[in-house]
Amino acid sequence: MPDEPIHRPSPERLLEQVEEQERKTRRGRLKIFLGYASGVGKSFQMLDEGRRRRERNREDVVVGAVQPHYPPEVEQLLRRHEIIPPLKINGEDVIDVDTILRRHPEVVLIDGLAYNNPPASRSAKRWQDVKELLEGGISVITSVNLRHIEECQDEVERITGKRSRQTLPKSFLEEADDIVIVDAPADASLKRVNGEPVSTDALQVEEHKLSRLREMALLIAAEVVDRQLESYLRVHGIEQVWGMQERVLVCITPRSDAARILESGRRNAERFHGELFAVYVKQSSLSKEDEAILERNLDQARELGAEVKLLKGDPVDAIIQFSRDRGVTQIFVGHSLKKGWWRRFWGNTVDRLIRSAEGIDVIVYPLAPHS
Amino acid sequence: MNDSQSRRRGRLKVFLGYAAGVGKTYRMLEEAQRLKQEGVDVVVGYFESHGRKDTIEKVKGLEAVPRRKIQYRGATFEEMDTPAVLKRRPAVCLVDELAHTNIPGSERSKRWEDVLILLDAGIDVYTTMNVQHLESLNDQVQQITGIRMSETIPDWVIKEADEVVMTDATPEALLNRLKRGVIYDPEKAQRALENFFRESNLVALRELALRQTAHEVELRLEEGDRRSEIPSKQAEKARAQDAGILIRERILIHITADPSAAMLIRRGRRVADYLRADCFAVYVCPHPDLSVLQPEEREAVEKHLNFARNLHIETRVLQGNHVAETIVDFARRQRVTQILLARINFRPWTRFLGGNVVSQVVRAAEDIRITIVADRRRAAR
Repeated sequence: MPDEPIHRPSPERLLEQVEEQERKTRRGRLKIFLGYASGVGKSFQMLDEGRRRRERNREDVVVGAVQPHYPPEVEQLLRRHEIIPPLKINGEDVIDVDTILRRHPEVVLIDGLAYNNPPASRSAKRWQDVKELLEGGISVITSVNLRHIEECQDEVERITGKRSRQTLPKSFLEEADDIVIVDAPADASLKRVNGEPVSTDALQVEEHKLSRLREMALLIAAEVVDRQLESYLRVHGIEQVWGMQERVLVCITPRSDAARILESGRRNAERFHGELFAVYVKQSSLSKEDEAILERNLDQARELGAEVKLLKGDPVDAIIQFSRDRGVTQIFVGHSLKKGWWRRFWGNTVDRLIRSAEGIDVIVYPLAPHS
Repeated sequence: MNDSQSRRRGRLKVFLGYAAGVGKTYRMLEEAQRLKQEGVDVVVGYFESHGRKDTIEKVKGLEAVPRRKIQYRGATFEEMDTPAVLKRRPAVCLVDELAHTNIPGSERSKRWEDVLILLDAGIDVYTTMNVQHLESLNDQVQQITGIRMSETIPDWVIKEADEVVMTDATPEALLNRLKRGVIYDPEKAQRALENFFRESNLVALRELALRQTAHEVELRLEEGDRRSEIPSKQAEKARAQDAGILIRERILIHITADPSAAMLIRRGRRVADYLRADCFAVYVCPHPDLSVLQPEEREAVEKHLNFARNLHIETRVLQGNHVAETIVDFARRQRVTQILLARINFRPWTRFLGGNVVSQVVRAAEDIRITIVADRRRAAR
């Protein structure tokens, strides 16, 4: 991102602002209720919002897709809505996109976003139908269970032992104008759908799984909200390190003890559920040996999942500029291990870095023991 | 969370939000109604309707313990009547707005202290709060909103909760409610829109609330793991051990008389919580005891030491003439892994006079991690 002064958007940003506005007026708005399990109350919240919009705001609201089974209070709510019956293809429900587009309500409620449509449907996935409705200028309120997000499948499998066959890409969530988390404590009794008696141990294991899914759902929602905040700040030309999300930057040199600093930085990033960056500021004269060490260090950073960047120029200026651009909240920097001029140079650099890093924590990492 | 005591102790459930009007109280009442239907003995200990129709509707049918009237400066105020609730002994008591400061003349100065009394007596408590009232977030919240929250809750109180549930609503929905006059009367709503309820503020606070809730879920998960000995995050452990990192971090906060110490303590508390670290705070005194200090300085130091203790941080006063050496020496003896210093100690010009505390500590402690904590107060917008 270029460095623009505060409150003075560049032409690119103004354009972005205008485009954003236009996109929003043409397209219907997408609102997603995200939950981590069935039974947390997504359907109720969604249908209730539809009811309020119709009764209070006089919006034209219809239901375009429902779940096969509902508890009584949800059934009751559903009865107050106009329903556009889904198509039956191979005995499966598929959103009747054409009828909805023709009927053209302001808002359509789609309960359950992650469905594969049967073969011979107009699109393979239900979220693609929803996209079409949005492009047709109809707003959509929908619900989705975390377990169906494509990018979460590995993690979901680690937790539950199962993958979902019906998935949607996370990017679709990120496109949403609004996302609402439907949170509730992990309650394994929600899981007793078959009415089977469950042992206390099994309940505990089940609750443990649910809690991990719950944490995931909250963090995904936080990520989406973070992106909204970023684009809000960008569009309004505000550049500030706000530190909602911790972002950890590890400064790599050929000489500092990179493995330990990286591991430590990674741990901070993980514990704070933040992002990890690693940068190296290019120095003109590196020996062959130093270059090899540097490459190894950078590889390790990549392995740990850090976003790695090579910077140029004065080390302090480059690091600070990068930190401001990316909203870094913690800078990890090491003492140099080498004696002599390098050490004096880097020691001085660390001093200057501390002085310049206004609004950012600086972590000066120690030498390896017995070095 | 503490199992050994949980047999007699009441359970605490916190409905967490990020602004007035997201629906915390409503949701709490909804659950209370459900409990009542199930035959649970639930009462309202304190409830604030703010004149909101939906909420008033929801509280109907719930028994309320009459509030206590307290005279203060010629006016009458009402607070929760804790002795009356104790006498009534319900199974569950609803206590709205956990961060509330009681009127002077009340037995305890904070409502959360009353809640602890109820929990001690074995009464379950349902309560509501906004994320911005969490003590360790105070500086960040000021940075975002420009407003310094005066009513705060120490983080450990929330950690005592058995459950923390997030009540979410989009900022857009919230702003609509505000404009419709659901949350505040028109005049107050207008002021709110210009200050706290700016969209950017709301989005940022919402993200904080989501992350905080995720953190609370994770802490309780780990607690559960320890109890049932489910080996989790073994890979991480192994990696950390390979890299020679101690699993249990020990964090040392350097307290001074400077106002920045409060910020340092908050950040230290937060970092310690996230890294599951032990946390200490020390003040280095050139004299054998604090009484020799100038009254102003002494007061400030004592205030900061007290503040740290309130956040459950162990404090020490060390005697020493050389601040950096004393800190580093103590840190080595206590096997501290991280020292937290304020940036205020870093004055470049003192380099010519033998260096500042930060540089000295960095130079002296080449075996300990030093964190120079940023000043998170925001320049006026």
